[in-house]
Amino acid sequence: MSAAYNPQKVAELISAQINRPGALLPILHAIQDELGYIPPDSVTQIAAAVNLTRADVHGVITFYHHFHTTPPAWHTIHVCRAEACQSMGADRLAEHVERNLANSPPNVFEVQPVYCLGLCANAPAIMINEQLHARVTPEKFDRLIGPLADKS
Amino acid sequence: MSIPIFVPRDSAALAMGSDVVAQRIMIEAKQRGLDVHVVRNGSRGLLWLEPMIEVQTDHGRIAFGPVDDTDIPGLFDAHFHEGGTHPLALGPTDEIPFLKQQERLTFARVGVTDPLSLADYLAHDGFQGLHTALQAEPDHIVRIVTESGLRGRGGAAFPTGIKWHTVRNTPANQKYIVCNADEGDSGTFADRMLMEGDPFALIEGMTIAALAVGATQGYIYVRSEYPQAILILNKAITMAQQAGYIGAHILGSEKQFELEVRKAAGSYVCGEETAMLESIEGKRGIVRAKPPLPAITGLFGKPTVINNVISLASVPIILAKGADFYKNHGLGRSRGTLPFQLAGNVKQGGLIEKAFGITLRELLYDFGGGTASGRPIKAVQVGGPLGSYLPESHWDTPMDYEAFAALQATVGHGGIVVHDDTADLAKLARYAMKFCAIESCGKCTPCRIGATRGVEVMDKIIGNQDRPAQIELLRDLCDTMLNGSLCAMGGMTPFPVLSALNHFPHDFQKENAATTGEHHV
Ligand SMILES: Cc1cc2nc3c(=O)[nH]c(=O)nc-3n(C[C@H](O)[C@H](O)[C@H](O)COP(=O)(O)O)c2cc1C
Ligand code: SF4
Ligand code: FES
Repeated sequence: MSAAYNPQKVAELISAQINRPGALLPILHAIQDELGYIPPDSVTQIAAAVNLTRADVHGVITFYHHFHTTPPAWHTIHVCRAEACQSMGADRLAEHVERNLANSPPNVFEVQPVYCLGLCANAPAIMINEQLHARVTPEKFDRLIGPLADKS
Repeated sequence: MSIPIFVPRDSAALAMGSDVVAQRIMIEAKQRGLDVHVVRNGSRGLLWLEPMIEVQTDHGRIAFGPVDDTDIPGLFDAHFHEGGTHPLALGPTDEIPFLKQQERLTFARVGVTDPLSLADYLAHDGFQGLHTALQAEPDHIVRIVTESGLRGRGGAAFPTGIKWHTVRNTPANQKYIVCNADEGDSGTFADRMLMEGDPFALIEGMTIAALAVGATQGYIYVRSEYPQAILILNKAITMAQQAGYIGAHILGSEKQFELEVRKAAGSYVCGEETAMLESIEGKRGIVRAKPPLPAITGLFGKPTVINNVISLASVPIILAKGADFYKNHGLGRSRGTLPFQLAGNVKQGGLIEKAFGITLRELLYDFGGGTASGRPIKAVQVGGPLGSYLPESHWDTPMDYEAFAALQATVGHGGIVVHDDTADLAKLARYAMKFCAIESCGKCTPCRIGATRGVEVMDKIIGNQDRPAQIELLRDLCDTMLNGSLCAMGGMTPFPVLSALNHFPHDFQKENAATTGEHHV
């Protein structure tokens, strides 16, 4: 899912976005979508392109929860922790997820909280990579995660 | 003639497995040599029945749900595609009480049409508002919107026409229309359903706004948690461009309007309009001090209309049917309809578009059917994470901006989250503070420091340490946040906290304090 820093590739991604007004967020999205993360080494290159300091660019990257600067695990699991999901047992589900994945090898699964996926009438909700799942019970979670755990 | 079978591709339906259902229908139909085709519509909003599929019959559309892929062979055996009976049959869709009792104005097409079919859109009154607007003087468009009584559906309920009037009357060489599609409020999904189910309505509304104020560029700022909405919007924009509804010559006129989707990056405060402008400009989402108003000095320093998805998507029908038509719904100063979103621990959750004036009790029981758990409802949070928790004594209040303000509550974006009697309101109050601490933009002290202190104080209260003094401290903190915060993030976090404390004091006095869940949140 993730690839190493490649200045040439990053340059291409930047130049595809640079002419948009307020290009920095589109650039960061393009890089993360392509490489899975924003390599710290690319910050100098990005900063030069948008005429900002490295500190500015770093400040933007760290402000937004969506961006990260380390390669992600094979599978990212977002568990909604907001109110509607809480009312349907999201806390218990989150504990189950943690427990279930506690013994998996490193870098296979990464669990992140998310504050609403817009599936609040079908709570609790999770997202596995880009796939949404609603009304998730611990049993359903195990069913969903099984094939992923086997493959990795 | 090929029979259409509707299988939603709204995110909620997808999350309940609608893609697999669609595939299975096609495979089964092929094996049985049946001439059917699948239409991927939006959701009707009866979300507890998703995936809810429909078939077109001579007697209108018939619904079935919730459908699992394993149900498909049986459905075909029962000739469901010709309206045959089956245990999952729900009857004619429009007769299902949850839907029949609604007043669908803004959501008239959602779930009915194929969201990416211009022909469907036109066949269901699409672009009538735009045609009216193209023939009208810009001032007249602004006047119609003002007279309709439409107020901002993003939360602050500011009159939309007045905002447009300011932008219209601010001279500039460039103006912008920005659609706030950040929909960060938990318990809300109306924006998402509209964008996924009827994207052309939003495009039409933004184009009308552009004609009214003289803007030539629009942005839709969509939260990154909504990839499906982004995908559908981008396709719809391209289609609208190719068909000449937007672009260099709107419907062959000399008017121009370009439109672009901007993907947000997971920050709740970027839903605040000035933080959103900063974000579109490529900066951190730090709230700007007002004045200057964005209507005068907005995106890239230019006059900018910022409106919520639902505000903008309500404009086409107002232009098409007139200000009076819209204004005749609702009560007091809350005119028109609001798409309420019934969520959380509720039996029949979903989207309910109704005129203002309906009560919470009607929504909770007549539409919602009580809790999903079957236990009594304890508390209802209205208006997202910054909304108050309301006890039963408040459920007969009509849904009306002013009536809710009088209760120190908010209608907000219309999200309603139901909690049963197992909910711990002290824990939910702690969560409200924690959420503010996580999402604060950090610009002002009452919010940045106050929320972090608030979490500590709540931990002590929950842990039964020095309670009376801590509760007093909590009230002081809330007072400072209410009065000293620059925006509603810090300024309204006290709403859920104080309402929990005032209406559910027992939860703050429990003998054996439960664990706080700190580890996870
Ligand atoms: C912390 C915070 C978050 C907000 N989030 C949203 C949001 O997600 N969507 C939205 O439309 N408005 C949101 N608002 C309200 C906007 O600031 C603004 O009032 C709205 O976009 C104006 O559009 P409207 O008049 O059509 O409602 C938020 C406000 C605050 C203070
Ligand atoms: S109240 Fe909070 S979010 Fe709003 S400006 Fe102040 S610090 Fe930022
Ligand atoms: S609160 Fe969990 S999806 Fe909205």
